Amino acid sequence: MRHILSILLENEAGALSRVVGLFSARAYNIDSLTVSTTEDPTLSRMTIVTHGSDEVIEQITKQLNKLIEVVKVIDLNESDHIEREMMLIKVRANGKDREEMKRMADIFRGRIIDVTEKTYTIELTGTSDKLNAFIEAIDRSVILETVRTGASGIGRGERILKI
Amino acid sequence: MQISGAEILVRSLQEEGVEFVFGYPGGAVLEIYDAIFRQQQFKHVLVRHEQAAVHAADAYSRSSNKVGVALVTSGPGATNAVTGIATAYMDSIPMVVISGQVSTPAIGMDAFQEVDMVGITRPCVKHNFLVKDINELAATIKKAFYIAASGRPGPVVVDIPKDVTQRLAEFHYPESVSIRSYVPVTRGHPGQIKKAVNLLAEAKRPYIYVGGGAVQGNASAEVTELVKMLGVPCTNTLMGLGAYPGQDQQFLGMLGMHGTYEANMAMQYCDVLIAVGARFDDRVISVPSHFLSQPKKIVHIDVDPSSIAKRVKVDVPIVGDVKHVLRDMIDLLKQTGQQVPPQNLANWWKQIEEWRSYNSLLYTPSNEFIKPQYVVQKLYEITGGDAIITSDVGQHQMWAAQYYPFKRPKQWLNSGGLGTMGFGLPAAIGAQLANPDAQVACITGEGSIQMNIQELSTAKQYHTPVKVIALNNRYLGMVRQWQEFFYGTRYSESYMDALPDFVKIAEAYGHVGIKVENPADVEPVLREAFSPALKERLVFLDFRTDQSENVFPMIQNGKGLDQMDLPPHMRDLQIAPFENNRDYGNMC
Ligand SMILES: Cc1cc2nc3c(=O)[nH]c(=O)nc-3n(C[C@H](O)[C@H](O)[C@H](O)COP(=O)(O)OP(=O)(O)OC[C@H]3O[C@@H](n4cnc5c(N)ncnc54)[C@H](O)[C@@H]3O)c2cc1C
Ligand SMILES: Cc1ncc(C[n+]2csc(CCOP(=O)(O)OP(=O)(O)O)c2C)c(N)n1
Ligand SMILES: [Mg+2]
Repeated sequence: MRHILSILLENEAGALSRVVGLFSARAYNIDSLTVSTTEDPTLSRMTIVTHGSDEVIEQITKQLNKLIEVVKVIDLNESDHIEREMMLIKVRANGKDREEMKRMADIFRGRIIDVTEKTYTIELTGTSDKLNAFIEAIDRSVILETVRTGASGIGRGERILKI
Repeated sequence: MQISGAEILVRSLQEEGVEFVFGYPGGAVLEIYDAIFRQQQFKHVLVRHEQAAVHAADAYSRSSNKVGVALVTSGPGATNAVTGIATAYMDSIPMVVISGQVSTPAIGMDAFQEVDMVGITRPCVKHNFLVKDINELAATIKKAFYIAASGRPGPVVVDIPKDVTQRLAEFHYPESVSIRSYVPVTRGHPGQIKKAVNLLAEAKRPYIYVGGGAVQGNASAEVTELVKMLGVPCTNTLMGLGAYPGQDQQFLGMLGMHGTYEANMAMQYCDVLIAVGARFDDRVISVPSHFLSQPKKIVHIDVDPSSIAKRVKVDVPIVGDVKHVLRDMIDLLKQTGQQVPPQNLANWWKQIEEWRSYNSLLYTPSNEFIKPQYVVQKLYEITGGDAIITSDVGQHQMWAAQYYPFKRPKQWLNSGGLGTMGFGLPAAIGAQLANPDAQVACITGEGSIQMNIQELSTAKQYHTPVKVIALNNRYLGMVRQWQEFFYGTRYSESYMDALPDFVKIAEAYGHVGIKVENPADVEPVLREAFSPALKERLVFLDFRTDQSENVFPMIQNGKGLDQMDLPPHMRDLQIAPFENNRDYGNMC
């Protein structure tokens, strides 16, 4: 099953490679990984999307916690949460495609952020499923390039991940 | 006053009460060696290969309560140390390894003797550091020792660029250390401890399975007290040997791939299992599904949550330090007066005694060939069971584990998790330095000893009079055994041809060497080696042992704990399968 793990870790050189190394050394899956510093510059916040059986996810969580630089780990799946991913997608926007792409971007609440005679670059934010759905919805042959950030997640309501 | 980084390092090691640093010099650590030259507080032990420095530091730690320290230069010095680091990591041994690194501006330039030590060792250390700022050096050393020894112990690497050792700074050694992201648990959850005790109070066939965590956690006294007060059977893993006294009636021997019949059968058929600092290793329980096919309730005490429910789902996980958890358990048992129902226990012991009566460690004595098991038994007798025994990896290691019933923890030092040939001799040197008055023997094979035989020179220099007990079967015996069983006796590359004359080698290094070919000579020669006359000498005993001897019992890959390959004398016995609720009434 797909899980979103939120990790708070020391913002130190090498911390990221420890996390990534752990996943490859123990043959865990990384579907996506995002990381950046938080409002507290000594801390980074990472979101990892992974999948595996309950046993594997339990081990991943424990192994992450075991890393000295990891401060906290939560599995967002354990309660209500919000996830967002951003995609920049460059599409061919020629002739009849141009109108169609604009319409699709609107339907998915995307924003066209760069325009040339032949292309649009669309910024789209949502769950990873929504971004997938957009890619499915448009004609594959018009896609020139996609860049995705990977999902970021946060608990709903009062639930916070902090030290 | 400002002092150099090298001096800061040396002062920090002194602050940690370091007695010995095992190491080997080179360009990147010259500054450090100069600072070592100018101090007297700790001793440096110059090994002959960096791998040996790490093994010696590791065994120094295994045989004491201290953190071992090794020092190596950058590049090849650092890579040579990696096998030693991985060995310590797999067995959870606290150690600090200091490696030199090229100067900070040269990092990443493919500089001379540059290797990314932090990157190379990342998967086989508890933690590692690259110190780029001299002002962080002292605090990093403090953290390294703290991390190495607390929680689940393990090796910590501190990589120090040469320019950091040369720069100047004030020295302040922090008094304490706290790391917000690292807070090991010590006390177990009282509710969980209560559950464990309640399970015992209803148990039909309780069993206590004790591993290396009880040795590392100095919990031998608590283990023994608990087992005694409950009157239950106890087994040790290879790493746990000595945590419970090996000669005691309640001890069933080692379990696992080469465990005793009774220890393995009890593991399979117990109904309440208390795992104490043991990690359900594949060499212990083989296939988890087969192990669990016989229903049992499992309590697992471990300081590392990731050891729990890794291979086997458990009913009562208890995260905490074994010593504390067992103490709390004992106190609770005393308080509530709970015990295992006596009739259950009596029946369980009858079953166990039946298993034990087959004597699965029996071997056929010989007047013609020296039986390796016999050598170990005689060694036990002659050392009064008190020697510190190190070993290498192979058949000899298993015979040492099976036939030398260790009395106390930290008496048996071997590489279990990584299975590193070449561990034994440097480990013996480290153990002897940590225990100057102890008898130290290294049980080895002619294959393994050659992986670090150069350390005979170190032993000479530092007067470590260890006794090398080579069970020389002219084979990579453990490999040969597998080839005999599973590869149609095709002994591919397992014959040790062109063996050196070990007696001459020992003599060339300034030691005593004795070759033993006749079974009748085993005992007198061992007596001689351990006699006062040779007390101060390293003695290398080259026992020419039976080439075809195999280690039994043995659990083949994919087989269960109750599906052992048995020694010859047990093969024709009609052993009734285990029966739940059997009536033991008429058995004597
Ligand atoms: C040739 C060969 C054959 C082998 N055959 C066998 C065999 O037949 N039987 C066998 O048992 N092994 C055998 N081994 C060894 C095996 O590979 C493992 O190394 C060993 O079984 C692991 O022992 P352990 O479970 O005690 O764990 P260890 O590796 O000693 O781990 C200790 C556990 O305790 C925990 N711990 C540490 N300190 C504490 C503390 N203070 N409080 C609480 N928990 C703590 C750790 O987190 C860890 O989970 C063999 C090895 C070789 C090389
Ligand atoms: C460094 C290393 N290389 C290879 C092995 C694989 N191996 C395990 S046991 C063994 C044979 C050891 O031979 P010897 O030291 O003579 O011991 P014996 O089994 O004959 O007692 C080998 C090659 C290992 N454990 N370690
Ligand atoms: Mg051999």
